Amino acid sequence: MKYDIIIIGGGLSGLTAGLRLQKAGRKTAIISAGQNALHFASGSFSVLGDGVTLPEEHPYRRLPMERYLDEVKPFFAEAGILLGGDPHVNGWRLTPSGSFLQGRFSLEETRLFSTPGELSARKALIVNIPGFLDFNTAFLADGLAQRGIETRIGNLDVEDLTRLRTSPSEMRSVNIARVADTVPHKIIGGVKALLSDEDLVILPQVFGIHDGTIPAQIAAEIPAGVLFVGTMPPSVPGIRTQMKLKRAYESSGGTFLMGDEAVAPVMDTTRVKALRTVNLGEHLLQADQYVLATGSFFSKGLASSMQKVYEPLFGLDVRFPEERTDWYDLDFFAPQAFGGFGVVTDGTFRAVKDGNVIENLYAAGSVLAGCYSQQLGCGGGIAILTAFAVADNILEAARR
Amino acid sequence: MTLQELTSSAHNFEECMKCTVCTAYCPVVPVNPRYPGPKQAGPDGERLRLKHPFFFDEALKYCLNCKRCEVACPSGVKVADIIQSARLKYSRQKPKLRDRMLASTDLMGSLASPFAPIVNPVLGLGVTKSILDGMMGIDRHRTFPKYASRTFESWFRRKASAAQAAFPRSVAYFHGCYVNYNFPDLGKDFVRVMNALGYGVRLLEKEQCCGVAMISNGMASAARKHASHNGKVLGKAASEGLKILTTSSTCTFTMRDEYGELLGIDTASYRDSLLMATRFIFSLVDSGTATLVFKPGYKARIAYHTPCHLEKLGWGVFSTSLLKMIPGVEFTMLGSNCCGIAGTYGFKKENYEASQAIGKPLFDEIKAVAPDFVACDCETCKWQIEMSAGIPVKNPVSILAEALDLEKTAEANRNA
Repeated sequence: MKYDIIIIGGGLSGLTAGLRLQKAGRKTAIISAGQNALHFASGSFSVLGDGVTLPEEHPYRRLPMERYLDEVKPFFAEAGILLGGDPHVNGWRLTPSGSFLQGRFSLEETRLFSTPGELSARKALIVNIPGFLDFNTAFLADGLAQRGIETRIGNLDVEDLTRLRTSPSEMRSVNIARVADTVPHKIIGGVKALLSDEDLVILPQVFGIHDGTIPAQIAAEIPAGVLFVGTMPPSVPGIRTQMKLKRAYESSGGTFLMGDEAVAPVMDTTRVKALRTVNLGEHLLQADQYVLATGSFFSKGLASSMQKVYEPLFGLDVRFPEERTDWYDLDFFAPQAFGGFGVVTDGTFRAVKDGNVIENLYAAGSVLAGCYSQQLGCGGGIAILTAFAVADNILEAARR
Repeated sequence: MTLQELTSSAHNFEECMKCTVCTAYCPVVPVNPRYPGPKQAGPDGERLRLKHPFFFDEALKYCLNCKRCEVACPSGVKVADIIQSARLKYSRQKPKLRDRMLASTDLMGSLASPFAPIVNPVLGLGVTKSILDGMMGIDRHRTFPKYASRTFESWFRRKASAAQAAFPRSVAYFHGCYVNYNFPDLGKDFVRVMNALGYGVRLLEKEQCCGVAMISNGMASAARKHASHNGKVLGKAASEGLKILTTSSTCTFTMRDEYGELLGIDTASYRDSLLMATRFIFSLVDSGTATLVFKPGYKARIAYHTPCHLEKLGWGVFSTSLLKMIPGVEFTMLGSNCCGIAGTYGFKKENYEASQAIGKPLFDEIKAVAPDFVACDCETCKWQIEMSAGIPVKNPVSILAEALDLEKTAEANRNA
């Protein structure tokens, strides 16, 4: 099977690269082994925390940051994903633990405040869905109390959701959404019945698994301010984003090989010639260019043993200190060296193996070295902006 | 040996990190709260069951075995295999007469086919449906697929068999119960297409039903008998150097993967030789070994539905690539959704509502796209979609038979 470009990894970065290349008229395929980190999305994409210094090897230093930031919202809007937020200024998002974190681009129902202080309310009603364990209302109440906001926790009584409790272990955000989305009027009625003198209602992000406008429809009917706060995984806005990106990618003609795993690359010292996958067996997948967007340790784009950190598919060069004890800091909250581990790339994000640049293999997203996403607050931006860069570098190389 | 190999279990259950992504893609959970869900029924429950079989929950029978949990799992846990193995191992519920009848597709077919002119109208009668519904628990909304009055095997012996030896190359064909008893036309299309590509078709030495419905209805020993028989005849064909082609994704998946994972049959002798016909045809074209010549005037708006088991196999791309090769085809890829029938599951009265609710997003999308027909490699999806979306469904092999200029294709491949 022959494609112009084959992308390994079907998460935020792989889909972004794939969609951008399809839009440029390329024939691409994405190989995706299992679902991805978008399923754990927080409700907003972070680009870079305020006041942090970019390390020399950080991927942002090799891409036109300001221009790309302006392109993010229109790009996602074309896929039916309406992002909020100022592309160049961080906002603040209320987290499920009642604290605030910075974010840049918000998924539909997430609100970004210009400062944590902008959230003001006399009294907030925190809506609890009985049996739903992934939304800790007491944490939220504590967090808001620290900001001087009085709260009351009320139990939403909607029969359709109560029925889900028959199977308590499946009382999860996505399943609640799949039921709640069929009866939004009952949700609205239930919340209204709970509301007394509160001027703010806080609801978990468990609405609109397919249709991102449902949360807004609910909010419009409730006679108070409404704030949707993220839940423990899985993430409803994250999964919706994933599904919309995948649909947009497939509608643009892309081939998405779901639940398949790239294996056994055929390559020489400077070029990848073909790949195989577990499902397609003896069929070689061939392309002019390849994109590695397999993510970091969590997504198995990187792996480690007691002795080494490595990139399992191609065996690309990964930089890490020789002494294992230098990989981490025992203080959990300190900056961690392993946050910067990843594949070494050249100025155009082409990967390196045994010191040689692989001319037709690019890397995008958190598999890249030097990201430090946790420490710098740049996870979403790394995924999206490096995917833009890789797609553009591939197109540019073809022009030359 | 790595640390992981030392700690890995049957179906990889320790790899579960409790992320619940499987639940997000389970079609049953939102429509049937009695189902404990893939994580609980699979890896979580397995820990308990290993301590004591007391912890086995009969509600595992609500699992469709669609494998969507496995396709979604980021950690490679074979969630559905854990669930189905547990059912086969621990369930003490005896399958009802109805379940045995629904599951014994080849026995029912061989009884019904000779009397098809009588059986078909009788099965279609309102009064029959009421009786089946009331006494047997087969939902009245369902219409049984029609039985053919002459089986595919009988057609093949009388009309096609003799000509097959003339072709320079051969393939074996596992036709399955559906082609044999219900829809021989698909088998005939397959023979015509393969012949045009220069391949003679051979049948296996007495294939039996793949047994998928026996597995899902908890008939473990019957399923094992079928698997062991089929394993032998498939192995024999493979040892003669034949590829064994199929036109049903579920039969293929069952014999290729479920025999080994669930029934403990050694599939090594034939596993790599057993292929969907679309995969085989695609390879011929892709490698330049065969040429397809299409009719110049062929036009169709086709929407493609990937059956769950084909999605698990990862082979939908072969069918869609072939369909996209046809000039004059306007192609739409439908979203990844289960149609809800899951073989015999949707026929059962207690599952009817859940079955329709599961399929609704797919039916809605098909109605919105309004194609000339839906393309799909699974016969039970076909029944469900035709009944619920009201649009005809064709197997990609039949679409090829219709779109190809078979004579010119034969000529092109004779000269090749």
